Amino acid sequence: MPKLTIDGSEVEVPAGYTILQACEHAGIEVAHFCYHERLAIAGNCRMCLVEVEKSPKPIASCAMPATDGMVVLTGSAKAVKARKGVMEFLLINHPLDCPICDQGGECDLQDQAMAYGFDRGRFEENKRAVRDKDFGPLVETHMNRCIHCTRCIRFLTEIAGVQELGATGRGEDMEITTYIERALGSELSANIIDLCPVGALTSKPYAFVARPWELAKTESIDVTDAVGSNIRVDSRGPQVLRVLPRANEAVNEEWISDKTRYAIDGLVRRRLDRPYIGRERKREAEWSEAIELIAERLKRVPGERIAAIAGDLCDAEAMFALKEFFTGLGAASFDCRQDGAKLDPRCRAGYLFGTMIAGIENADACLLIGTNPRWEAPLVNARLRKRYLRGGFRIAAIGPALDLTFQVEMLGNDGNVLNAMTADHRWATVLRKAKNPMIVIGQGALSRADGARVLGTARRIAESCGLIRDDWNGFNILHDAAARVGGLDLSFVPGPRGLDTSGIVAACKSGAIEVLYLLGADEIDTSDLGAAFVIYQGHHGDRGAGRADVILPGAAYTEKDGTYVNTEGRVQMARRAVFPPGEAREDWKIIRALSGASGRPLPFEELRGLRRQMWEKHPILAQADVVTRAAWGPFGEAGPVDAGPFEYPITDFYRTDPISRASPTMARCSELFVNGRQQAPARTGTDG
Amino acid sequence: MLADKDRIFTNLYGRDDWRLAGAQRRGDWDGTKELILKGRDWIVEQIKESGLRGRGGAGFPTGLKWSFMPKESDRPTYLCVNADESEPGTCKDRDILRNDPHKLIEGCLLASAGMGVHTCYIYIRGEFYNEAKRLQAAIDESYDAGLIGEDACGSGWDFELYLHRGAGAYICGEETGLLESLEGRKGQPRLKPPFPAQVGLYGCPTTVNNVETIAVVPTILRRGAAWFAAIGRPRNTGTKIYCLSGHVNTPCNVEEAMSISLRELIERHGGGVRGGWDNLLGVIPGGSSVPVIPKSICETVLMDFDSLVAVQSGLGTAAVIVMDKSTDIVKAIARLSKFYKHESCGQCTPCREGAGWVWRVMERMVEGNASVAEIDMLLDVSHEIEGHTICALADGAMWPVQGLIRHFRPEMEKRIAEYRQAAARQRQAA
Repeated sequence: MPKLTIDGSEVEVPAGYTILQACEHAGIEVAHFCYHERLAIAGNCRMCLVEVEKSPKPIASCAMPATDGMVVLTGSAKAVKARKGVMEFLLINHPLDCPICDQGGECDLQDQAMAYGFDRGRFEENKRAVRDKDFGPLVETHMNRCIHCTRCIRFLTEIAGVQELGATGRGEDMEITTYIERALGSELSANIIDLCPVGALTSKPYAFVARPWELAKTESIDVTDAVGSNIRVDSRGPQVLRVLPRANEAVNEEWISDKTRYAIDGLVRRRLDRPYIGRERKREAEWSEAIELIAERLKRVPGERIAAIAGDLCDAEAMFALKEFFTGLGAASFDCRQDGAKLDPRCRAGYLFGTMIAGIENADACLLIGTNPRWEAPLVNARLRKRYLRGGFRIAAIGPALDLTFQVEMLGNDGNVLNAMTADHRWATVLRKAKNPMIVIGQGALSRADGARVLGTARRIAESCGLIRDDWNGFNILHDAAARVGGLDLSFVPGPRGLDTSGIVAACKSGAIEVLYLLGADEIDTSDLGAAFVIYQGHHGDRGAGRADVILPGAAYTEKDGTYVNTEGRVQMARRAVFPPGEAREDWKIIRALSGASGRPLPFEELRGLRRQMWEKHPILAQADVVTRAAWGPFGEAGPVDAGPFEYPITDFYRTDPISRASPTMARCSELFVNGRQQAPARTGTDG
Repeated sequence: MLADKDRIFTNLYGRDDWRLAGAQRRGDWDGTKELILKGRDWIVEQIKESGLRGRGGAGFPTGLKWSFMPKESDRPTYLCVNADESEPGTCKDRDILRNDPHKLIEGCLLASAGMGVHTCYIYIRGEFYNEAKRLQAAIDESYDAGLIGEDACGSGWDFELYLHRGAGAYICGEETGLLESLEGRKGQPRLKPPFPAQVGLYGCPTTVNNVETIAVVPTILRRGAAWFAAIGRPRNTGTKIYCLSGHVNTPCNVEEAMSISLRELIERHGGGVRGGWDNLLGVIPGGSSVPVIPKSICETVLMDFDSLVAVQSGLGTAAVIVMDKSTDIVKAIARLSKFYKHESCGQCTPCREGAGWVWRVMERMVEGNASVAEIDMLLDVSHEIEGHTICALADGAMWPVQGLIRHFRPEMEKRIAEYRQAAARQRQAA
């Protein structure tokens, strides 16, 4: 532990710290632009220069290791003069367009210029002009503003794993570019907007929308995948204007996927803002009329003939309320697994990402089974890549071809490969020999007809290859829906003699189920639900609402306080940023009103009361932000997996849920990246 | 004056055969095996004792640099020879490469043996096309003769030598910029520490030396460190190739003793200043990166590291650019500013933004279209750039300007006054 003196006070810092880190450790802030703790050190902005005794030149503190006995002066005349000089250089070619710059108010350069800028410019020559680049539908460029810190290059190369951005040209002609003009093909690309310390990279959909000081900031949780990325929702009045990441080392570090960030423009489109009645011809209705109609119907139907399916974006509170209400009516047919995945609710360890996202960094071998983490959970993929880059990490996959931005050994796309893992497959040996092996099972593998056997086989692999130890859990289910683990924790699954998703759909057709309640369920096949009376409660006019007899307008995740459990089993709270539009209401309130009208009022009047009861019945949900290891037990079915290929559940990363399907930005991304409209680069002549 | 018998580069002018046969006739590759067999420590010790300092410009003691290489390494270690000679005014390495390539190749082998290196790269400037061809031919000859390759010279030392052509960027002559370029990336100097001796080429311990530094090694080892150390002054020993250019009657490359006086160098080898010594305006003594010195200093200064530093200039690459009184000194320095603006890699803020700024102001200074206060601003800006960057290019870019202001400020002020008068006259006429 080196001991050094910073500005007169002695500090002891962990070995390997740089001077800049040591200064931060001592509570002294050193101005910087290019340095970012999660990226490789570039040391090129020269803003963090400090004076170090016995060194003739000022030293870039971000790159210099702190050593024993060093005497650092961050505020000496020499250091401040050097930094003022750097600031002057940064500003000479930086346009004075702060009033029309989207970064205004949250710009590092603006802030630092307050501390180190001169009150007038000495530069009387012409400023540099740089042609703006087209980085696709998400990232807007204003290259005149670029200060060449190269954070964006380092992020895309190191963390996103796409070698698409670089610097061309030398000296003052250096430009950040995609070499050949094309959109950035990464699900994490928009993080470079946050990383850009100036207004060179700004958000295209958010361009000229608002100033940061006008926004109400709400700390919340993302629901576009099952990672549960921590986000900050910025809103003004009734509208969510943007989503930014919040740092959470255990989950998303400080990145979010492009879908998390940009699906929000779907929140104001195709919204259900009032109740509707009617199957073929829908008409607007009053709340009282819709509630009466449903209550009337429920009174006439016996409990075993009603069913409920919960969707992918549901908060735990709404699912709990619906389960309580319908159980009271005698119903047993519940399911939260819209995709029909054969997840086994009996054993919690059997449906969680047991290694945990941060735990990936301790693994040394990983087998992916029917999962494409790059699309199902981009931040899990980023964590796998982070681990991969450190070396000593072998990854193999069973499933169709994959591009995960790192090297993956493809073992074949056949159920028999999975069977061989319980026997003498060479990768079984790899797992057995690894110190901390892990397997990841995707929903694609579990929603096969033999999904229960896939799960059982995975359990056998886990047990036979030493994945389950007191100090290590290498068994992972990777979910792709934010509501799934919450639903399983709440037992939103078939009760005794109850039907699962496919059973319910079939029973609707046959008439065995007369009333079907779709709580935001949009991913099931609604084409043939027979004569069943379908109630759709949700926020978007998507697949489920199309077939409904009654539509009850609910709230999206930004419009309600809700509990979500991510794929690790981490309970997190989303908070309301704006109010639901029009007549729409928070979901649990709708169910509560319905229960009252049906003569079986749920025993809570407010959210607190609901939560208290939910926590009482499901104590696991009371522990926010902690993950407790679930006990290992039997789950899945015995027997070999069928031959035949696996399929990945997501075919279009940008359009996976009602919100992203309503989003024009996601539609543009989908068009460009998924449907392959990105123009192939022109042949350069060096392409063989 | 250096006696002929003390000359190392006996074929500097290409009058003799550059091939192996010619080189061997001149004494190269003589007893190389025995030199290697004397061992690693002996070689480094000899170089240390000889007082050899790096010939690329910075003048770092070579023996000391070599001793930084790890004694034991589980990774490969590398020697990189910097043949990216691009410093304006400098053309010494070029003559070594084309006329005495075997001196360099033998030097590579001995230096590698001295550092425990089995792989050496020569990074040659892209524009040196013919030189690269000739050097490659010499390398091929050496392989064929068993002088390098497995069991080089029969010494038991395995040695591979590769020639790599650059693409013509000045910054790739900076030692870590060179390593980046050699690895196939954009030539941008690396942060130090870690120094190349710990983390260099492909992350392995590496030493980067100038062509001339390496080429003198075999002769030092053959003739002894004492011989080399006896030439010149203490701390500034040995012979050096000087490049005389500009307003001299006979521009040339010449090998001379270190610490020869500048005046003797110019008069004896350059045939004197055009129009006589009194027609001298100033000299840039060490390639474009060092500050210009006026005639008054040129009278007495010695051509070595220490005495040139004492007059706030530097030996640099020992490329002496002589300028007589016909020279527009402001324009000359402005041209150098343009060069550095063009060659800055663009990585560090001060150099990227500042080099262009300084050049633009210098262009105005050439006309006199500036104010006297801007001279001070220029000096201030140059100090904000100097020493604040990753590599020394920014320093080298600013020193010429600082030298100009230090010694020729009256000339700059005169121009500004003249420009103002002319402008005033024009206004009156209009």
